[in-house]
Amino acid sequence: MNLCVDIRINTYYDSVALMLITKEIKKMSNVKQVIVGMGTELNKELAENLNLSNDAVKALTPNDFFIAAVSDEENALESIVKKVDELLNAKTENSCAEKEYKPTTLSAAVNRLQGANMAIISLPGKYAAFEAKKALNNNLNVMLFSDNVTVEEEIELKELGRDKGLLVMGPDCGTAIINGVPLCFANVVRRGDIGIVGASGTGTQEITVIVDKMGGGVSQVIGTGGRDLSSKVSGIMMIEGFKALIKDDATKIIVLISKPPALEVAQKILSMVKGTDKPVVACFIGGNRCEVEQQGAYSCVNLEDAARKAVLLSKGKKIEDFNGFTQSDVEIEEIVKGECKKFSDGQKYLRALYTGGTLADEAMKMLDKEGYRLHSNIPLSPELRLADVHKSIEHTCIDLGDDDFTVGKPHPMIDPAGRIERLPKEACDNEVAIVLMDFVLGYGSNIDPAGEMLESIIEAKKAMKNKNKHLCVVGYICGTEMDPQGYKAQSEKLEKAGVILMPSNAQAVKLCSLILGRLNKI
Amino acid sequence: MLINSWKIKQNIREVCALTDINKLFSKELTVINLGLESFHKDLKAQNVKSMHVSWRPPSEASMKLSVLESDDLSEKIENANKEAIKRLLAAEPIIIGIGKAGIDIPGMTKHTILHAGPPISWDRMSEPLKGAIIGGLIYEKLATNEKEARILAASGEIIFDACHHHSTVGPMAGVVTSSMPVWILQNKAFGNFAYCTLNEGLGKVLRFGAFSQEVIARLNWMEKTLAPVLKEAMEIKGSVDLKSIIAQCLQMGDEGHNRNKAGTSLLFRELAPSIVKTKFSNDEKAEVLTFIDKNDHFFLNVSMPACKCSLDPLENIEYSTVVYTMSRNGTDFGIRIAGTGNEWFTAPCENVTGLYFPGFDEKDANPDIGDSCITETAGIGGFAMATAPAIVQFVGGTPKDAINYTTSMYEITCAENNSFKIPNINFRGTPTGIDLRKVIETRILPVINTGIASNKAGVGQVGAGIVHPPMKCFEDALTSFINKAT
Repeated sequence: MNLCVDIRINTYYDSVALMLITKEIKKMSNVKQVIVGMGTELNKELAENLNLSNDAVKALTPNDFFIAAVSDEENALESIVKKVDELLNAKTENSCAEKEYKPTTLSAAVNRLQGANMAIISLPGKYAAFEAKKALNNNLNVMLFSDNVTVEEEIELKELGRDKGLLVMGPDCGTAIINGVPLCFANVVRRGDIGIVGASGTGTQEITVIVDKMGGGVSQVIGTGGRDLSSKVSGIMMIEGFKALIKDDATKIIVLISKPPALEVAQKILSMVKGTDKPVVACFIGGNRCEVEQQGAYSCVNLEDAARKAVLLSKGKKIEDFNGFTQSDVEIEEIVKGECKKFSDGQKYLRALYTGGTLADEAMKMLDKEGYRLHSNIPLSPELRLADVHKSIEHTCIDLGDDDFTVGKPHPMIDPAGRIERLPKEACDNEVAIVLMDFVLGYGSNIDPAGEMLESIIEAKKAMKNKNKHLCVVGYICGTEMDPQGYKAQSEKLEKAGVILMPSNAQAVKLCSLILGRLNKI
Repeated sequence: MLINSWKIKQNIREVCALTDINKLFSKELTVINLGLESFHKDLKAQNVKSMHVSWRPPSEASMKLSVLESDDLSEKIENANKEAIKRLLAAEPIIIGIGKAGIDIPGMTKHTILHAGPPISWDRMSEPLKGAIIGGLIYEKLATNEKEARILAASGEIIFDACHHHSTVGPMAGVVTSSMPVWILQNKAFGNFAYCTLNEGLGKVLRFGAFSQEVIARLNWMEKTLAPVLKEAMEIKGSVDLKSIIAQCLQMGDEGHNRNKAGTSLLFRELAPSIVKTKFSNDEKAEVLTFIDKNDHFFLNVSMPACKCSLDPLENIEYSTVVYTMSRNGTDFGIRIAGTGNEWFTAPCENVTGLYFPGFDEKDANPDIGDSCITETAGIGGFAMATAPAIVQFVGGTPKDAINYTTSMYEITCAENNSFKIPNINFRGTPTGIDLRKVIETRILPVINTGIASNKAGVGQVGAGIVHPPMKCFEDALTSFINKAT
């Protein structure tokens, strides 16, 4: 085995780009193990652990680029370096076909780009707050995608934004649609009169997609980041966003999305409902509905229900809670019966493998109400935490986008490799009956999430069949036909592989619950 | 209850009146993206105006910059830099005549040899500089051959000093000895002078470290014929305004450092009538005119001192972070900052990236050498690359690359030049006045167009290309500046 190392001092590349390159290099036949990255403490530790380190690697700083690989060939380095350079340059070629000028600082960009009014920041957390502050001081609205920003920094940024009348969406904000433009991870949906302020990324995506599916449209979709409604941050951005939507003429209906906020924060926000004539739908996923309704807002049973209520209100129709199926009861019964016939004895568990955190959370909350205890890496109660997040037990619901799986790796919505590896493991467990998966489309996401999973799904089903068992795969595609991936093309691929697709996450979960009900009765 | 709710409504309406977020909703979204480039590409795909920042993590040095950001100090710095730029843009360099180094350059003696770059001792000098000094000693008849010259140079009897310490600049080795004829320039606005030898042409020449007989013979001809003719011509002519010539040659495809075709032609036009009017023989006049005509770099030796006398008035402007000298001797690169006066900040020279003459390659190249990056310091040369796309081919670039080089220099400079304009970027002024702070913050290094000298004494030029100063010069300068300013 030969260790080959290539080091470039003071050469910076984006970490995600490098991780994707590492993945490509690993595919090379002469490479046993490889890391392509910046000399961060984390990468150095990874290199050490993979036996890819030497003194030169240990001495690197986070500004230094390196390639370290183990190969059984003598002169592998040259071919590896060549491939890495090819991949690095391919990126620049695509991005600057006309050699567009890229300034190196925010201030230079402000000087060059006339009328700039929004900064999207997805830098490493420790630099992100600094740049966000600079952006605000330059009167730019900010979408702060980065996480690992301290709560103190978040408060400082949001207070500054509030004082200057600027949006501070984030930290850890993945989704927004401003003036009809999807930012970061967002779907292409119709424009309309529903304004949304969302503290959860995939929750917001789910609601916008269903609004679109039902013929509604959105005016503005403002993200706040997941921590906004904590008692410390006290909902600064949701309040500012809410105010802006109240004043926005294009917005007739307002939807607020969050996990249950801190009590005093919820009160503060809900007290504003009385200040507007516009109907407000408050979707505090799994929260206390009475509290919401007391203040004059509409409460919801789940994300789909929130979207439906918003659309019905926008169309001036009567609203009621919805937690059923779009398809008729007969159709659903047929699906359930059809699946149940195929299982063999002992198959009884659900394995939900989510890329969208809020969708996973919604699934667990819904199933919990039905009496199922789901083990998870983001469990509803501490005793349900998986001892080993890489190993499912009984009913398990995994958020593959959580830190457990994403440290040093791209988010599974960008690169589903983690789920591709995980699925066959679930199929090895003879007690598993159902696998539930989400496929999130839209800008930011992988360009073919269905296609990436396809082989793994077919193999898993085959593996179960070889054991005379049946693997039921239920899927939900969170996306629209206008998304870059195209809803139809994605659904055709999955249906061809035998995946049962449902029109919302809630309905997909509900279908699983019906099947589980039959299985566990037997 | 009703009143109460009405009051809340009023309250909220009032609060809402303060929100500016709504203004965003009526504007075209225009995005600056820092981080994942795919977000920028997604926006581009939707025809949304977006600019991606090629962001780099801040260096240790850039963290130090915050020391200079207090209101009081940053105001002092801004004012000092304004003054520095005012002086630089107000400069009026003119040629006033031809002189002799030993007589006109202050502090020169028969045994003094000036050289390019920061000060350096004989033992640390690179081969092309040593070669030029050997040639200089032979030319001055202080030695008769290389061996004697090396012994004399090492003996301590010769005083070596930086051209920059004597209001002088020299291309490549920059060697100036007492008998050499020199251009005399004056900055009319401030009265200060600058000096530079006459350009010998390309190939085997003293400034690239060559010292063979043909080199010495040419130097003798320059002293005996070229200089006297030019001296008399300048007496007839009076003076030559260089600011307008440089402004014109920038509009003719020169950048004033590594391409001087237009500048040479313009100077030729200025001088020719006066040369013809001198009392010398027709043969001598024709020889001089032919020599100028055949030497595309003849103008370099006036564009350099023009920049030098424009920048010297910036020395010792307290609190100014403007760079007023960049220079290299083939071993060390040195810079000086207006606010830290005469102090040099040096680091080992980098190697030049570029094209080599046939038969030469990287192995033959000496590290970066010469005072000629005084042009970049003054806002032309590499900084004006956009106007001289031909130059960028040295590094295999395209005209768009040339524009990008110039564009990136705006990020580290204080001002746009009011006289030197670039036609193909809408007559924008060249990026002028390097700000030490901006170099540290952006980690963009000044871009320098330059020739490449052979690493063996006596060989001469082997190629040309692009080079940058070492970051360490700027980091050390920042440390010293902070110590002085705080």
